[in-house]
Order: sequence, then structure tokens, then C-alpha cells
Amino acid sequence: MPRADAPLLEAHGLERRFGNTRAVRGVDVTVGSGDLVAVFGPNGAGKTTLLRMLGGLVRPTSGQVVVKGRDLKSTDPEVRRPIGLLSHQSFLYDDLTASENLAFAARIYGLAEPPAAALEALADVGLEHKAHEPVRSLSRGMVQRVALARALMAHPEILLLDEPFTGLDAPAARHIQDVLARRRSEGHGAVVVSHQFAEVWDIASHMVVMIEGAVVMRESPPPSLGAFLPEYESWLRE
Amino acid sequence: MSSWLRVAAAVAGKDIVIEVRTKTAILSAVVFAALVLIVFNFARDASLVSTTELAPSVLWITFAFAGMITLNRGFNLEKENAALEGLLLAPVPRSAIYVGKLISNLAFVGMVEAVALPLFVLFFNVPVWGVLPGLLGLMVLATIGFVAVGTVFSAMTVRTRFSELMLPMLLLPFMVPPLIGAVQTTTRLLAGRPLSEMIGWLRILALYDVVFITLCVLIFPAVVDE
Amino acid sequence: MKPTISGSRGIIKWGLALTALGLAAMVIVYVLALVYTPFEVRQGAAQKIFYVHVPAAWSAMMAFTIVGLVSILYLWLRDERLDAFAASSAEVGLVFSVIMLTTGPIWGKPIWGTWWTWDARLTLTLILFLLFLGYMTLRSAIHDPAERARFSAVVGIMGMVLVPFIHLSVYLFRTLHPKPIVLKASAPSLPPVMLRTLLLGFLAASVLYLGFVVLRYGLARHAVAERDEEN
Repeated sequence: MPRADAPLLEAHGLERRFGNTRAVRGVDVTVGSGDLVAVFGPNGAGKTTLLRMLGGLVRPTSGQVVVKGRDLKSTDPEVRRPIGLLSHQSFLYDDLTASENLAFAARIYGLAEPPAAALEALADVGLEHKAHEPVRSLSRGMVQRVALARALMAHPEILLLDEPFTGLDAPAARHIQDVLARRRSEGHGAVVVSHQFAEVWDIASHMVVMIEGAVVMRESPPPSLGAFLPEYESWLRE
Repeated sequence: MSSWLRVAAAVAGKDIVIEVRTKTAILSAVVFAALVLIVFNFARDASLVSTTELAPSVLWITFAFAGMITLNRGFNLEKENAALEGLLLAPVPRSAIYVGKLISNLAFVGMVEAVALPLFVLFFNVPVWGVLPGLLGLMVLATIGFVAVGTVFSAMTVRTRFSELMLPMLLLPFMVPPLIGAVQTTTRLLAGRPLSEMIGWLRILALYDVVFITLCVLIFPAVVDE
Repeated sequence: MKPTISGSRGIIKWGLALTALGLAAMVIVYVLALVYTPFEVRQGAAQKIFYVHVPAAWSAMMAFTIVGLVSILYLWLRDERLDAFAASSAEVGLVFSVIMLTTGPIWGKPIWGTWWTWDARLTLTLILFLLFLGYMTLRSAIHDPAERARFSAVVGIMGMVLVPFIHLSVYLFRTLHPKPIVLKASAPSLPPVMLRTLLLGFLAASVLYLGFVVLRYGLARHAVAERDEEN
């Protein structure tokens, strides 16, 4: 049940420079319990960089990310525990089997009985029959499902997803929507970067548009898709 | 503390399983070591330079270069599918990741040395049996040093172009103290000299290991954290 | 802090002034060495390079120590100016060590009869040269400035810690393998005129090193300032 507590994740004034370009400029993000923040924007808008800063993979040039009240910069590794990231890359080792990959992740996260946890996670995404196949031999759709299983295995309170619907067929996309909807009802948070409006629209609680590193639109709850799209197009044309 | 060990062991174990399955680094390193030994064998003129004078240098040059070939593979593995990022996202200390990589790298370089040593004895007809424990101990002591530094450098060079060239270029100056110490000690070991003549070098080797492993553990986060 | 054209011009002026001072001091040292200091009994004229070479070797080593210390500061403060300064120091150190590695053997060949000798100074300079070269090559292989600065800092710190081990190894090697020492690095009791010239040599080399580094740093900041203005 969603609680009106302190936000799960708060970011203030995030900036990231690469050389002379500012990929992210002065961005604030708040993810409360049960929130799903959808981030839209053209390519090169800084969405992926923002997501990676929220996940702690990239150090902000300035600004702060606070996860459950603790600064992400803290030297205590446990500050990262509530975060999960699902990116274009699968984080899997091609020469290990699906279950070996997940068992390794379970060990890293300190979960009990890694092999059993791995099989359970694979069953949750309907891939228990592929448990002993090397990841190299799996189709792209299956690899994404294993990657999702890996991200969900540690029960992250905040899930960051980078274009999770790209290249998925309808059933796979619906599965991810179900997962995200269920997480919302369980009080977890998520940030979804996407190009595909339709899949995200029904499940998002907040909507953010980024152009050239800065946030230009922010609404909660999101407006109707029909009202949003023309405004978005006009931003893109500028 | 136990979680730290668990993570280091998991990383090392995962690397070893993958290497046993694919055998990429070990095979090329072993073939390389055999070739080096064969070439040295034919290149020298036994009447001009005695085997015993040349042998320690040949042995350690072989170990050093075969070791460098092995090291390259360590972080190449983590590049595919951005697996290293998966490790960095997890609530684990960077030092545990480093030590896990160090252990697996030591295992691989050790395996190559374990194959190269008998070949060396065979080709160069050098009597190592009497001093085998000492020689093995020396191999561990000297190898730890340059593998520790090489693990940090390979984490950096995999992200550059020409990584196979950058790693040796950066690493070679750091191999000088361990190699000098190792060759000097090996020479004395094979000549049956007393321990007192070797203790100076062994001290330098031990100091090098302690200092650089500590430094590498402390500096590794700066390599992997963007 | 972003570099400005006027600010970097000021740095360049300081660099030029220090370099001119250092060069002048070097000339004085040369003159003193060649004309005013007595010949050393055993080594003759060859020994005179010692007044220039020993300080220059010391400068190359200081250059790397500075690279290491500034690198530690960079990893702590992440100020790009520190990275620029470390890189400048490394570049100057590279040039110093190349000059020493070429002039040393050229001077020595007619007198020693051999191009190279594994004495402590030449060996250390060679290792420093390789360290500088590795540092600069790594920098040229990385495009993202933050990553380049970070990785360079790591190499700088590791290299700084390596140098004492090279000293230790060479020292232990020489005590166990005493060879006729071609150029004595120092004598326990130098006559005052030799000592004075040597000290002046140290001063000249240090000022020259500092001048070059400040100049190089100023040029780097100037280049960045110009590029920023264009954008």
C-alpha cells in the first residue's frame, strides 16, 4: 500500500559535463513511494545520463542524489541497495548459463541460497526451461527477460529502466507493464526513460520531458496523450 | 567482512568458471611461453654463454610476457554486455571487486607459470628439484606484485584503443623491481647460495607486494567510478 | 574554474620569465663547470657533465613526484586545473629525460668507450622516461577529459610510488655487483668550488623546470580559453 513517507529518491540540481558539453543541466527529480516517473525526450537529450546518475554509475559534476535519505556519494556500498537498473546492456556473461548468471548476481547481492533464488527468478519471467543454456544461445527477447529477472531479483525499491520497451513484442511489453503496475501498488518507485508513449502512458504517475539536458515539461498526473503530443512536437521543433 | 569475502570469492569463482569453459587466455599464454623458450634455446650459443647464467632471465621474461597476455583478458570479459556496470550498481565495495579480479588473475598467471616451468626445466636442463619449494615461493612472491599492478592497469586499458599495446607499455616499468629481484634470487637459488645472499631481494619483493596491493586496493575505485 | 585569455596570458608571462632565469642560470653553471672548477683527478673532463646531469636527473625525478602529488590532489578535488598542471609537469619531465638520455651517452662514448652503462642515474632516468612516455601515451588514447584526468592521475600516483623501489633495486644491485663507477654521483667531501657549482646546478635545473612547467600550463589554459570563446 502506498505510504505518504519521505521520497524514495530525490535529486537536486543534477549537472553533468562531458568536456565542454553539458549533457544534463540543473535537473531535479523526485520519486516517491508508488511513483512511476516517465522521462521523454529526443535522442541526445541527456535522459540516459540522468538515469545513470540516479543509479550511481556516473558522478554528477554538481548536484546531489539522495536515496532513502542517504547521499548516493556515501562510501557505504549499502546506500546502493534499494536501486536496480535495467539498461540496453544486459550485464550478463555470455559464457555462463542463465541460472549461473542469476546465481552470481544473487551472491553479489547477498541473497539466500543463490541457485534456488536464480531458478525462482527465471520462473517469474517464464524462462525456467532455459536455465541451463548459455546466454550466448538465447534470443534477444529472452536475454532481456533474463536481464529483467536479474534486476528484480534483489527486490529493488527503486527501479530505473532505460527504454525497456524497445524491440519487444506485445506480450513481452505487457509483461513489463504488469511488473511496473504491480510495483506501483506495492509502494515501490520507478523511473522509465522511453520513446514509446503508448506503453508508458497508462502506468505513469509523473511525466517529465527533457530537451538538451534540461527539464522543459513536468506534470503529475500526466495529461491525456492527445493533449500532450502536440505540445511535445512543438518542443521538438524548436 | 564476510560479505566482502563472499563477493571477492564470487567474482573470482565466476572468472575461473568462464576461463575453464572458454580457455581463451590460458591457451594463448601457454603457447606463447613455449615459443619463447624454444626461441631462446636456439638463439643462444652454449659455448659462449652458459645456460646457468642465462636461464633465470629467460624464465622470468617468459613469465612476465605470458603473464601480460593473460592479464589483458581479465577486464575484457567485463566489457561485454557492460557486466562491470552490473557489479558497480550492486551494494558491494569496489575493493572486493578488485580483490576478486586479482585472485582470478593470479590463478591464471599461476597456471601459465605452472606449465612454463616444466618446459623450462626440460629445454634448459636446469636442476630445479633441489630448490623447488624455494623457487615456487619466489614465483608466488614476485608474481603477486606485477599482477596486482597489472589488474589495475588492465581495468583502464580495456577502455582505450590499442589496449594490447597500452597494457605492456604502462606495466613494464612496474615489472622492473619484481623482475630484478626474481632473477637475482633465482640465480642464487640455482647456484645453491645461502639464504643470507637472497634475503635483501626477498625483502624488496615482499615490501613491493605489500605496498602495491594496498595502493591498488585504494586506487581501484578511481578507475571504475566515473 | 574556467580559464580566461587574460589570466592564461599572465601565467605564460611568468613561465617565460622563470624559463629565461633558469636558462641564464644554466649558462652560468656551464661556464663555471667548464672554466672555473678544477678537474677531478680520476675522471678528468668527463666528470664535468656531473654539474648539469645530476641536477637534471633530480629535476626529472621531482617532475614525476609532482605529477604524483598533484594527481592525488586531483582525485580528491577533481579540479581540472590540477590535471592540466600534472600533464604539463609530465611533458616537461619527458623532455628533460629524453635530453639526458641522449646527451649522456653522446658525451660519455668518447670518454668511457661505451654508449650505455647501467649506473644508477642513467637507469633511473630511463625508467622515468618510460613512465612519462606511458603517461603521455595513455592521455592521448582517451578522449573524454574526465576519464583522461582520472586515469592519468592513477598512473601518476602509481609511478610516484614506484620510483623509490627502483632506487632500492638499483642500490642493492650495485652493492652486490660493485663495478668501476664511471661517474661518481657524489663524493663524501667535495671541495667548496665543486659543491657551489653543483648547488647552483640544482637551482638552475629547478628554476628551469618550474619555468617550463608554468609556461606549458599557461599555454594549455590559453588553448582551452580560446576554444571556449569560439563556442
